[in-house]
Amino acid sequence: MSASPRWFAVAPIALAGCSGGVLDPRGPVARAEKQILFDSVGAMLLIVVPVMLATLAFAWWFRAGNSRARYRPDWDYSGKLELLIWSVPAMIVLFLGGTGWVGAHLLDPRRAIPATAAPIEVQVVALDWKWLFLYPGQRVATVNRLVVPAGTPIHFRLTSATVMNSFFVPQLGSQIYAMAGMEAQLRLAADRPGRYPGIAAHYSGKGFSDMTFTVDALPAAQFSAWVAQARAAPPLDEARYRQLARRGTVAQPLVFGTAPTRLFDAIVAQRAPAAERPRDASNQGEADAEAGQ
Amino acid sequence: MTSLGRLSWDSIPLHEPIVMVTAGVLFVVLLGTGATILFKGWLPYLWREWITSVDHKRIGVMYCLLALVMLIRGFADALMMRSHQAMAVGTGKGFLPPDHYDQIFSAHGTIMIFFVAMPFMIGLMNFAVPLQLGVRDVAFPTLNSVSFWLTATGVLLINTSLVVGEFARTGWLVYPPLSERAFSPGVGVDYYLWALQISGAGTLLGGINLVTTILKMRAPGMRYTRMPIFCWTALASNLLIVAAFPILTATLTMLTLDRYLGFHFFTNEAGGNQMLFVNLIWAWGHPEVYILVLPAFGIFSEIIATFSGKPLFGYRSMVLATLAICVLSFMVWLHHFFTMGAGADVNGVFGVMTMIIAVPTGVKVFNWLFTMYGGRLRFEVPMLWAVAFIPTFVVGGMTGVLLAVPPADFVLHNSVFLVAHFHNVIIGGVLFAAFAGYSYWFPKAFGFRLHDGWGKAAAVLWVSGFYLAFMPLYALGLMGMTRRLQHYDNPAWQPWLVAAWLGALLILGGIASLAMQLYVSVRERRSLVDESGDPWDGRTLEWATRSPPPPWNFARLPQVEGRDALALMKRGEAEKAPDPLEPIEMPRNSAYGFVGAFFTYLTGFALVWHIWWLVVLGMLAGFATTLWIAWHQPGVQEIGVDELRALEPAA
Repeated sequence: MSASPRWFAVAPIALAGCSGGVLDPRGPVARAEKQILFDSVGAMLLIVVPVMLATLAFAWWFRAGNSRARYRPDWDYSGKLELLIWSVPAMIVLFLGGTGWVGAHLLDPRRAIPATAAPIEVQVVALDWKWLFLYPGQRVATVNRLVVPAGTPIHFRLTSATVMNSFFVPQLGSQIYAMAGMEAQLRLAADRPGRYPGIAAHYSGKGFSDMTFTVDALPAAQFSAWVAQARAAPPLDEARYRQLARRGTVAQPLVFGTAPTRLFDAIVAQRAPAAERPRDASNQGEADAEAGQ
Repeated sequence: MTSLGRLSWDSIPLHEPIVMVTAGVLFVVLLGTGATILFKGWLPYLWREWITSVDHKRIGVMYCLLALVMLIRGFADALMMRSHQAMAVGTGKGFLPPDHYDQIFSAHGTIMIFFVAMPFMIGLMNFAVPLQLGVRDVAFPTLNSVSFWLTATGVLLINTSLVVGEFARTGWLVYPPLSERAFSPGVGVDYYLWALQISGAGTLLGGINLVTTILKMRAPGMRYTRMPIFCWTALASNLLIVAAFPILTATLTMLTLDRYLGFHFFTNEAGGNQMLFVNLIWAWGHPEVYILVLPAFGIFSEIIATFSGKPLFGYRSMVLATLAICVLSFMVWLHHFFTMGAGADVNGVFGVMTMIIAVPTGVKVFNWLFTMYGGRLRFEVPMLWAVAFIPTFVVGGMTGVLLAVPPADFVLHNSVFLVAHFHNVIIGGVLFAAFAGYSYWFPKAFGFRLHDGWGKAAAVLWVSGFYLAFMPLYALGLMGMTRRLQHYDNPAWQPWLVAAWLGALLILGGIASLAMQLYVSVRERRSLVDESGDPWDGRTLEWATRSPPPPWNFARLPQVEGRDALALMKRGEAEKAPDPLEPIEMPRNSAYGFVGAFFTYLTGFALVWHIWWLVVLGMLAGFATTLWIAWHQPGVQEIGVDELRALEPAA
């Protein structure tokens, strides 16, 4: 047990180097969040470490066998100590509350990221079990691969054409829920070119574990080249969308040369072509029972 | 087939070897137990002394037994998940297909919260609170039996889903729209809904019972300011049950209406709103956390004071902190979904409110520390759990406050860091308290102590196993691993998951030690016997009567002269009650709880499978039972003074 506080202090440092997670931030939002994480843990360790040491020290010193320890069988109140034990946690919470309040505002997912480059918009649709990314400015679309220019703020608009999900790129920062019939907003940016894993962070059924995507942050010039290249791909038409909306996973990321301009708004308004839902094969006996009613 | 609704031979998952083997073993164990009971002629005894008992002590013991049995089931699920995740990297997809794996994590969460943590805490409160208050039973003894058997019905229903049909594949809080019929057409979610509705009704009735008991039935002189701290925490916890469980009932009813009658409370279509469900379920769910942990705080307060040989430090602070937590717990539910897109002001307010709870909680930790300060500490098994609890809970509290900082939650939400956090507080807080309370009050319940060595082994294995199983999950959460993954691609995660699996194996050793402890203790009960009724040098009234206590607890109701009533009596500062013995009225046994629960089970099962004739039959039978009981009240039996004197020579 005594190992745990030391563990906690060391582990983040040990992890920072090796992981692709939230301790290895590659964008302004993730970096700020990591800072808040460390500040908060640091502030709390100020109180946690002494409490742990005191627990062990008191437990050891006041053991029944220790004749040098003074037994005070009636000592159960001290006004000064009471004042102290209410005020110390209150002070820490005051600090953390401030951090939380300011942080909640500075890192509000809707808040614009200061940058010289103009933000580009990406519309995100959670499907069962893949991510559809629509680029209204570039008119292209992708599945399970998000290509963005590095150093440019991305303005995400998110929804779901199915169950609730959560869009999350750990190294870029904040996640946010994607829900049907609603639109969420999120602003992130990647500092430099690189490839970062993206995940579905809210369990959504059978294919959930395969609902991952990659984020490719490209230098601005390469991004334009990628868009030009993507335009040559086949279009995302209604039939293709219907197919995508069906439950199932995709083996490889997809790219579409054009996508309907109003598709995202139609999905939010629940006017998009819905996939007919084949009964889940594992619900055996289900179809019979449903038919029997 | 139509007469059995959706039920058919296909509903039995014969193609799943793991399920079938488990079911087989379960049947053998159940049949063996049943046969032993029948052939040894124990059935009349069980019926008379346990099944129809309305004695709060017996009901408390049955609650705890139920929790221990379900702990094995819930842990089996946990071990399967840990084993699976330890190998499910890259192309290796583990040994559990998604359909099965998704049921397992849903069942694990549901069982551990509703059918392990809840019955364990309720059982300990049921057993100890009336004794600590110096009274003879709870306010409504027959209702108490009903509460227990409704909980048992929920347990039976959820275990039926293992063999007949399937369990939910939606996570333990069945978030819609995934849990709606469009996405989960099977019976899994229906099992969940009815098991929880039935056991939830039992919990609510139990809450009303204990609140009434504590408010209205205390020994003469037991003012509020003299109540043992465990009674205070039980009061706060049961007030929360009374306030929060109706929210759960209403929320689940709405989902039930969606699923059964095509309503649209939470569907994607027709104006349904899933955010409504998420808000409502956490408006119950967050108080639920404190329903569990407040009695745990109470247990540790009693144990630390007793084994330090001192009164609790800062009693008034402790009461104030308990009540503050009780009120604040209703004002923080939104921190479970900071990532749902609420504005910065809303997230900020709920973040700060959440952190404020850390203040009274921190005060409690300091109070325990200063209770130990100046004490003469005896490290009996209950105290070992308490000393393990403090640092463990402090870590869990710290990560909890971290998750209350909205921007930190934006990157940790739904990750295994969160999983590590709530296991840190529920195992390190609630479960350790359950084991501490179990070993603390066991001699009172049965008249002999639990074996010491096996108890220490259990504590060491559980504590080390907990750290090994969950500290890696904190690291994995920071590495970006989200929860409920059936497989993953990142090979860097695997060593941590293997470590977590080893931790789970240590916990398995801890559970085995607990089982051994019980077996060895029963076998050696003569050498472990406690004649005094007060094996720990206790300070509160449960230790003032013999062990096991007579059905009436106290031949004379104790006169309470101050806090730590028994400690005062031992010093001779309080006079032993001088009153003459008086006749005692005790409630008679009642089969109502058991019979009513049987019909409730039939109804619940029939509702799950849409067997409508059985629904009607079950409800009519249950209603008829209620009417019959109303006209055949077993009433009370009087124990006269002569009889009492013969039974209690010491009185």
